[in-house]
Amino acid sequence: MLGALTVILSCQLIGEILVAASGAPVPGPVVGMVLLFAGLMVRGRIPDALARVGDALLTNLALLFVPAGVGVVLHLGLLGREGLAITVSLLVSTLVTIAVTALVMRWSLRGDGGPTDVSVEPAKDEDR
Amino acid sequence: MEAPLADVWVYLSASPLAALTFTLIAYQIGLALARRARLHPLVNPVLIAVALIAGLLIATDTPYETYFDGAQFVHFLLGPATVALAIPLYRQFDKVRRSAFAILASLLTGSVTAAASAVGLAALFEAAPETLASLAPKSVTAPVAMGISDALGGLPSLTAVLVILTGILGAALGPLVLDLVRVRDWRARGFAIGVAAHGIGTARALQVNETAGAFSGLAMGLNALATALLLPLLWRLVF
Repeated sequence: MLGALTVILSCQLIGEILVAASGAPVPGPVVGMVLLFAGLMVRGRIPDALARVGDALLTNLALLFVPAGVGVVLHLGLLGREGLAITVSLLVSTLVTIAVTALVMRWSLRGDGGPTDVSVEPAKDEDR
Repeated sequence: MEAPLADVWVYLSASPLAALTFTLIAYQIGLALARRARLHPLVNPVLIAVALIAGLLIATDTPYETYFDGAQFVHFLLGPATVALAIPLYRQFDKVRRSAFAILASLLTGSVTAAASAVGLAALFEAAPETLASLAPKSVTAPVAMGISDALGGLPSLTAVLVILTGILGAALGPLVLDLVRVRDWRARGFAIGVAAHGIGTARALQVNETAGAFSGLAMGLNALATALLLPLLWRLVF
């Protein structure tokens, strides 16, 4: 448990150091994710303790965005002034991005042995 | 009567304990309501928790900085959680490798669509330049988006809020849009949610289907990379 947490934090720390040293415009944790992934490829399997710690973090992923989200109180004035522009922009842009990305992905997945894959399930399940 | 109560509040607001506890309580209220609504995408636990705490801060006249002093312990875990996304990615790697071309094509389209449509629409409504710069990286995971926004002349703390609103919108309305365009493949569904709605979308995708979660986490990481590299260059060309 402690070992697994140490592995995860070490990947992040090395990622941050590599980014700081190279000046690359890439976030440290993303480099850390690549490092951990490379480690798993070398190891050939996911150690049980690492799976437990990782799954615990990811099960509660949404919680981790709450503190930054509360920062909305700092910008109530600006959000009031530009509320319409921001609402329309966020709403339309997000929905269009999801539709366009999904359609391009579906189009380019054709002929790869494809969507008859076991991963295809009725869309209804999404909303359970 | 009044003085001791005020003293207790002064003590609590000076320690990280209260902010940390309120964050966990508010999120669990959000989670309980979401479960009650049988995980209906419109009942989003992050939105509920943010609204509860923001309301509490305004009602008690507590500065955000005081709250964040405590809540930063939760915020800190975003980094390790991002690293941990390697785990679902590893479990799904066979599927990812087989879709490498599709991933690249939809990443580039999605990344450009997210930034261009957000900035274009806000410009139509004549939003201020710093609002435009704060909006541009809105589909990128919060810590990275704040850095990009700073580089473009935006307000990083405003970007954090816009990023989280985007994530909530994507998680809440994404499944409905995907049903509308009839994309049923979990790989494409997850990837689209991850490109548009980063970690909050991924949190939801992980709850629904592991393949969708892995592709969403991958999309979030790749989009952070692509946007961090491309957006500052494109920005200089346009503005």
